[in-house]
Amino acid sequence: MCLAVPAKITRLEDSGQGTVDYMGSEVKANFSLVPKARLGDWVIIHAGFAISLLDEEEARETLQLFKEMADASS
Amino acid sequence: MKKVSLELGSGGRLMRDFIAGTILPSFGNPVLDELSDASHLPGGVAFTTDSYVVDPLFFPGGDIGRLAVNGTVNDLVVGGAEPKFLSLAFILEEGLDFAVLERVIRSIRAAARAAKVRIVTGDTKVVRRGQGDKIYINTAGIGRSIARPRVRKIRPGDKIILTGTLGDHSLAVMLARGDFGLSSNVRSDCAPLLFLLPLWKKGALWMRDVTRGGLATVLFELAERLRYPLLIEEDKVPLSRPILAASELLGIDPLYMACEGKAVVIAPKTKAGEFLRLIRGHRLGRKAAVIGEVQDRVGRPGELLLQTATGGLRLLEPLTSELLPRIC
Amino acid sequence: MKELRNPKAIRKLLGDIEEIARLLPRPPRIMEVCGTHTMALFRHGLTPLLADAGVEMVSGPGCPVCITPNDIHEAAIGLVSQTEGLTLATFGDMTRVPTRKGSLQTAVPGPGSRIRIVYSPEEALEEARRDPSHRVVFYGAGFETTIPAIAFTAKRAAAEGIRNFSVLPALWLIPPALKAILEAGEIAITGFVYPGHVSAIIGAQPYEFVARDYGLPGAIAGFEPGDILLAVRSVLNQAAAGKPGVANEYARALRREGNPAARALMEEVFEPFDAAWRGLGTIPASGLRFRKKFSALDAASEYALEIGGIGRDLPGCRCGDVLRGVIRPEACRLFGKKCAPDSPLGPCMVSYEGACLIHLKYGRTRRPLP
Repeated sequence: MCLAVPAKITRLEDSGQGTVDYMGSEVKANFSLVPKARLGDWVIIHAGFAISLLDEEEARETLQLFKEMADASS
Repeated sequence: MKKVSLELGSGGRLMRDFIAGTILPSFGNPVLDELSDASHLPGGVAFTTDSYVVDPLFFPGGDIGRLAVNGTVNDLVVGGAEPKFLSLAFILEEGLDFAVLERVIRSIRAAARAAKVRIVTGDTKVVRRGQGDKIYINTAGIGRSIARPRVRKIRPGDKIILTGTLGDHSLAVMLARGDFGLSSNVRSDCAPLLFLLPLWKKGALWMRDVTRGGLATVLFELAERLRYPLLIEEDKVPLSRPILAASELLGIDPLYMACEGKAVVIAPKTKAGEFLRLIRGHRLGRKAAVIGEVQDRVGRPGELLLQTATGGLRLLEPLTSELLPRIC
Repeated sequence: MKELRNPKAIRKLLGDIEEIARLLPRPPRIMEVCGTHTMALFRHGLTPLLADAGVEMVSGPGCPVCITPNDIHEAAIGLVSQTEGLTLATFGDMTRVPTRKGSLQTAVPGPGSRIRIVYSPEEALEEARRDPSHRVVFYGAGFETTIPAIAFTAKRAAAEGIRNFSVLPALWLIPPALKAILEAGEIAITGFVYPGHVSAIIGAQPYEFVARDYGLPGAIAGFEPGDILLAVRSVLNQAAAGKPGVANEYARALRREGNPAARALMEEVFEPFDAAWRGLGTIPASGLRFRKKFSALDAASEYALEIGGIGRDLPGCRCGDVLRGVIRPEACRLFGKKCAPDSPLGPCMVSYEGACLIHLKYGRTRRPLP
């Protein structure tokens, strides 16, 4: 029900408006729902709004898990 | 009461049904029944026509004038003919800035020169303000027949070559409308495909330009005419980063996005390497790739299959309606 | 995140899943609540791979376009057709839902009116801001993922005193719908794959009753193929161990407490009411409407729209049963015949995440190459 993508904050104004970089494209985004977001953070973008902060440590762990599974299966 | 909806013109199944159910029964004849991009007439002449409607008129990488030349030129090329002459007909909306019209005409002149075609006849009509949208263009094209597509000669093992990345035109126009708060450096790929003409002499079996409906629709329509299924591999299809980004963000499948300067070519098994080298040798074909082949090991006749990057396999259907971004 | 699509890792996960599935007394059936999961499963060809591993996936009610009853769609169609100088802005899939009054795509807008597709509700507000003489109605459908964005936009419009902007809300809450499905008891399921982005807002707590009161396991999942399989494996592990809970298999994107700031905004602007869902009927406290303080933004009262019934589905349409997971789309007599993507009779054949459209488009999958 909810298409959303992870993207990096490239501009963050005091108003809560700004932009993210998503795979080299610039997307307008509103950061009002993630008050702790800072420039350079990764967020989940849905319908033009950042709805969640991405935890880079957790993201790295997931990637590591999948690398291990890929190695285990070959 | 049945009414014409926008979907009829979206290149999907509704249009296919309209052609099969209304156009062919009304006008059917051996030439039309081929339903090829360009019709081969007696005397070695090929003939085609297309109308152009686009909003906005100007977008990164092109404009309606350039589209009107290259679209018709490409229909001739993939139909097996060398483009020679074009007609040019305008339908203009009252009140249009003359400067806009002049800019479009300059663009048409440049595109015609680049595609080595001459504009030899034309027409201009003006409709009341509000009864049209600025400029509509129709062009018809005449070319010299070089070869006929040979669908019946296609065999398992023959290769499917895509001449470049998908979706650039579709996305460039979408973003030029300023919608969705998305910007990237994507440009329309609108260009003439003349560099594919030598492939006909070298034994190309079939070609289509990947326009409305995208790659999936174009290949589905070929698969329907074959006694074998077609298989393409998701991770072999060239895509640019802006297209990947937009497709994930807006939920639009690049396999259904339109191009204006890309074609798909069926190459005989033994010639695929040579074809690929030739295509990649041209500026417009540098990203070309063999994306799949005609099958006899999986699937059933008439099917178009996609091997997904994760190792799954699924059937592809033709486009059924206009591509709309989704949030769900 | 290419790693999460790596065929080798996928094979490893599928192997694990097959092993655990064999330990269970009955072949497992798992409901993926979210339509975006349904879409991902089919798009990546995972559904037949999971079936080979012994797991049946059942689609749930998680498609806002599908569960919005026809009377709201009809009100929106009526509004844009009968009003002059109005923009009805909405998300892409909403325009194709067929009703007795046609769809927004076949609707002929009144003089000076139009239907506009937007990606963000703020695009609609911006149009109202630009031209105060032109009225803009945002027809907003969504679950908890989308509701905070709509709440923010509405609150902003109120704060700026923009009078030519209002919202036609079709806003739905997932936990009450899960409860309704469980209470109805029509389907036997082993557990749930919970929606990742809804959970980014509401957190894990709202699902705890499923484990506690119904003894069913669940796992919150992201949307990459690997994410979904991790969640399926977790559900099966919980079932095998007899320890149902709510696992977070999407920890990179969400905390167990969700997004409190977003929830506070939702609660400030909207209040729950007993809403009618297509297929599920009226469910207590399952929809959201404007609080009194924001009632000036409610397009339904501004334009006196008649909404409130369950709305009537087109004859023969079994979307309701599909949405509850009671039948698979293929079991509907209209499926793929009278009801097809270019002539849909029900919303499940319309929405990009409608179970019927997805089954028809991607469902006829085949075995992978050897």
